[in-house]
Amino acid sequence: MNSVSSATVSSVASAPKRPDLHKRSAGALGDLIFAAVTKGFAFLVFALLLAILASLVIGSWPAIQKFGFKFFYDSEWDPVGEQFGALVPIYGTLVSSFIAMLIAVPVSFGIALFLTELAPSWLKRPLGTAIELLAAIPSIIYGMWGLFVFVPLFSTYVQPFLINTLGNVPFVGFLFAGPPMGIGMLTAGIILAIMVIPFITAVMRDVFELVPVVLKESVYGLGATTWEVVWRVVLPYTRAGVVGGIMLGLGRALGETMAVTFVIGNTHRLSTTLLAPGASIASSLASEFTEAVEEIYTSSLIELGLILFLITTIVLACAKLMLLQLAKSEGTHS
Amino acid sequence: MAFSLRSFVITLGVVSALASVSAQAADITGAGATFPYPIYGKWAETYKAKTGIGLNYQSIGSGGGIKQIKAKTVDFGASDKPLTVEELAKDNLFQFPAVVGGLVPVANLKDVKPGQLKLSGPVLANIYLGKITKWNDPAIAAINAGVTLPDAAIVPVSRSDGSGSTFIFTNYLSKVSPEWKEKIGSDTSVKWPAGISSKGNEGVASSIKQQPNSIGYVEYAYVIQNKMTFVAMQNKDGNFVEPDDKTFGAAASHAEWAKAPGLYEILTNEPGKDSWPISGATFILMQKVQDKPENGKMVLEFFDWAYKNGSKDALALDYIPMPESVIKLIQTEWKANIKDAAGKPVF
Repeated sequence: MNSVSSATVSSVASAPKRPDLHKRSAGALGDLIFAAVTKGFAFLVFALLLAILASLVIGSWPAIQKFGFKFFYDSEWDPVGEQFGALVPIYGTLVSSFIAMLIAVPVSFGIALFLTELAPSWLKRPLGTAIELLAAIPSIIYGMWGLFVFVPLFSTYVQPFLINTLGNVPFVGFLFAGPPMGIGMLTAGIILAIMVIPFITAVMRDVFELVPVVLKESVYGLGATTWEVVWRVVLPYTRAGVVGGIMLGLGRALGETMAVTFVIGNTHRLSTTLLAPGASIASSLASEFTEAVEEIYTSSLIELGLILFLITTIVLACAKLMLLQLAKSEGTHS
Repeated sequence: MAFSLRSFVITLGVVSALASVSAQAADITGAGATFPYPIYGKWAETYKAKTGIGLNYQSIGSGGGIKQIKAKTVDFGASDKPLTVEELAKDNLFQFPAVVGGLVPVANLKDVKPGQLKLSGPVLANIYLGKITKWNDPAIAAINAGVTLPDAAIVPVSRSDGSGSTFIFTNYLSKVSPEWKEKIGSDTSVKWPAGISSKGNEGVASSIKQQPNSIGYVEYAYVIQNKMTFVAMQNKDGNFVEPDDKTFGAAASHAEWAKAPGLYEILTNEPGKDSWPISGATFILMQKVQDKPENGKMVLEFFDWAYKNGSKDALALDYIPMPESVIKLIQTEWKANIKDAAGKPVF
């Protein structure tokens, strides 16, 4: 079956090649136009980026003028009194993403490791496909599943358990205090983790597979364990790709809107416990933008969007810098 | 090959003919509130079948609806929160109520049946202020003789997303509690002093189902569909009333629309012995001076038809139609306010 389909594919692919050879001489002008068009496309992206940034700044100008720098560290969010500060959503965005990465990175690493190094070959394909399918689920589905299935389970079983165990541990106990309501920062973090695991796993698996077999075999030959091979050979060899995958996941977690909106509770209240409802930048935008009428209210929401834009830009820039640094140090090693 | 090409051309012709027909017919454009979207959609469907004139309504939210009508990109805007007289004057806008929706406090208390629990406005406000924290508080027990109230903490649930429901609910609390008015106020989203928040009616409904000893507020339709334990509320006249289309209608007809400049009237804490105290109309916004009078006329004709023939559809979707007397007043206002560039009324 496979060979038949590949044969038809190759015959189809080779068919249009023949007329191509005849037309090659007409190329000079065509090449020029083609180059100009592709250049136009590339700069279109750049122009769009600038346009989005500009419109965010213009839209948030009234709020920037009114609240100034205080907007970043003020926890007040009072639509009636028209007092707005972004501390709670910024805190919520960073904390929920941090929880997500704390869970997702080790789990993804484990999955990728299992898939590339340990899994028998008959298991690799179905498992890999299942993980890719997880990535294909729209975020709204995660949100609905989170609210209607995960939250009730979480509030009846997991949260009381956490409150009674980790809640009594000194120094971290305050993170797990409060009534078990199901929704909240921790729930949002866990849902985010489930959402980014397939992305990080896919990247990690792909780069792990790039490690030359000779390299691994020779270390195994020296008597290394699987863990030593992974830690000493696979990971150093693929560092750039692994960091890239993690950053991809982090970028997604920071900006994720629908799923978080459903489960974070969307309350502009600063609390130390992870079980309390909070708000992220994206969830505040999604839930409040439609019915925000006053100019300063919409403007403050747009400024939140601008801040999210800045946060993701900083994260990406850090990732790039980190990769450059790694590339440099690799150069000195060899 | 020739056959398929011919059929392709024919299909193309048919498609373009259809497209031009629908482009001619779908003439009214509106944008705004999401709460009345189901009923506007239902009316539009029936109206199109009758007259061939369609309505293209984008439910983008009240804020977006107000922006679009100010920019004149739509024929009408829709908002759950009425604009004040000053706001209307600033952009030369006119507003009128289209349909009424009811908000209902619902509770999750063991062994308490729908309508059994009674609350008054000040008590409800104090629960949401976090001042009444237990179900067996003397203030609740005093008006609930014979109901077993648990010695348990009350969990007040509110809407986390900006919504007209929250505006109506907080408007009611502001009217019945001076402390609420001063500390919290009324808007599409507010700084809740106590409890948890959930997204949308469905979120609040599911939070209340999951959370024992909780109380919240949802649109009437959700109470009916989910068979939730509604609370009987004490109205301005001191009677305890249950939520249904009659008590909502009573509130709408007892409101003194004629005395409300710019028809700025929120149907909370209205007088009348049968009036349900927490309901509100959703509003239509139009430019006072119509650049395209024929479009303005079509909008008003559409709502005229809806007032006269749309009541059954509205009730079926758990909205409350505007009372007869109010419709007369609205239509007089149309004639007096919505004009073409030459100053001639368009309706």
